[in-house]
Amino acid sequence: MVANVICPVRIAALHAPCRQGFFGIMASFFQHFINGITLGGVYALVALGYTMVYGILKFINFAHGDILMWGSYVGLFTYNAIRGSAGPGAFSIFAFFVAMLVSCVFCALLGMSVERVAYKPLRKAERLAPLLSAIGVSYFLSNAAQLLFGTQSRKMDYPFDNSPISFLSVSITPHQLMVLAVSAASMAFLIFFINKTKTGKAIRATSLDQDAAALMGINPDRIISVTFAIGSVFAAIAGMLVSLDIKIYATMGMMLGMKAFVAAVVGGIGDIAGAVLGGIMLGLLETFGIAVLHIPVGYKDSIAFVVLILILIVKPSGILGKNIREKV
Amino acid sequence: MTLLETKNLTRAFGGVVAVNNVDFQCEKGEVTGLIGPNGAGKTTFFNDITGLDKPTCGRVIFDGEDITGLPPYRIARKGIARTFQNIRLFKELTVIENVLIGLHFKLGGNPRFVAGMRSFLFMGKEREEMVERAYRALDFLGMSDKANELAKNLPYGHQRELEIARALASDPKLIFLDEPAAGMNPNETASLVGLIRRIKDKGISIVLIEHDMKLVMTICDSIVVLNYGNKIASGTPEQVRSNPLVIRAYLGGEGND
Repeated sequence: MVANVICPVRIAALHAPCRQGFFGIMASFFQHFINGITLGGVYALVALGYTMVYGILKFINFAHGDILMWGSYVGLFTYNAIRGSAGPGAFSIFAFFVAMLVSCVFCALLGMSVERVAYKPLRKAERLAPLLSAIGVSYFLSNAAQLLFGTQSRKMDYPFDNSPISFLSVSITPHQLMVLAVSAASMAFLIFFINKTKTGKAIRATSLDQDAAALMGINPDRIISVTFAIGSVFAAIAGMLVSLDIKIYATMGMMLGMKAFVAAVVGGIGDIAGAVLGGIMLGLLETFGIAVLHIPVGYKDSIAFVVLILILIVKPSGILGKNIREKV
Repeated sequence: MTLLETKNLTRAFGGVVAVNNVDFQCEKGEVTGLIGPNGAGKTTFFNDITGLDKPTCGRVIFDGEDITGLPPYRIARKGIARTFQNIRLFKELTVIENVLIGLHFKLGGNPRFVAGMRSFLFMGKEREEMVERAYRALDFLGMSDKANELAKNLPYGHQRELEIARALASDPKLIFLDEPAAGMNPNETASLVGLIRRIKDKGISIVLIEHDMKLVMTICDSIVVLNYGNKIASGTPEQVRSNPLVIRAYLGGEGND
């Protein structure tokens, strides 16, 4: 179980043989780089959910990782049901993406329901109240999963043959390629959505000044629902991507969620570009930390939290965050 | 014809009565001034009408419809727009985006699914129409050339004008201006007077909070005076100017009713 937590995306060559000479060094650099951004892409996807909710409601949705876990379970069941006994191949890939879609819809509904039930009634309460409520929801979701699905972890089989592809002695697995492609496409869509669409503009306006936005005819409740839906869809996508590599179990959302939260804070919480940057940075730091600084693999998880402590000391608003005074 | 009317509008914060039993009327097509010393309850009165705050009791009737206690976005959709005493633009967005957000509810509503999705995504013909409309609103203020600047980079006077453009974009029936001349120099104030006249000429009714007495007296058709939450006078600028209660409220003196 510990091993699962440590490496959400199994990388092609964690301990690539020590290469010699300029070409060898470049090859291992690119190898670690690919491994790092793949891992970072997953962190970024999850971090986007934290940052978008923070942008609008100014609180951390600690249940985000558990929504991801539920999405993984739902995705797994759908995937297995559609796939039946088919082996790796086109049909399994199709089944995987259908399962991802189902997982996205499920998570969107779950995210919106959680907001409606646990956060909306506390919107005018003290700021600590929704935070505690979020922790409560987190426990509820993970315990409910344990009750329903048991404590045994489950495995999702690759829908394709996952043997690494090598190019100039840099190797990449098809799974890594998929993670890169899907997370890049999701983020590109989000950036388009936020900047170019009417609802995206309304989300930005609401996060800048909720009252003024309401006076422009924007229904803040609807915008908040949409924000939770989008964040949860991204959690579902990330959950499906990592589930192929790590086992699925009731508390899987915990560490992934915490690290993504660190990524969001490092990038500047509330800032979408910051979440992407923070996620990728964290992925790279973890990979290079092990490869270059020879941090023992068992301590890999501590890298994120050391980075968190450093950034909170040096620039608490995050890399892209602006120092904004609290609104009175 | 009365466009907006409040009946016995009251807002109490604990024991402090910020707005006390105010009957207020604003006629269609007119400029109505709302004046009073600092702390008289003018902004609370605005907030209670536009839905940012809920009145303790009393009614707000707009265009023949009771809108008391509706959420602000529903009131905005009925055709009431406003600006703020302390500018509240979306500072990190561009000028044109600010105006587009002012147009938000002009799209959508409860359309059929396809139209709904299109408006959700803000694409196609609707988008072009909206952008064109937003530019028209900026043209009205003569600031189209600044469309792509960030709102926070505009000079103060222009920020105030942009707030007005944003409020005008949705073609409201009534616009509330909360101290539009605050912090403006005489030149800017003069152009503001022209602007308010042009808004009035478009057939939009205006309710104006303002401390600049010269401005209020020149452009208002009627004036309501608040003091400690009470309406102490109303009438034409001439009537209000010579009302002893008003003079006392502004210049000090032995209490008031």
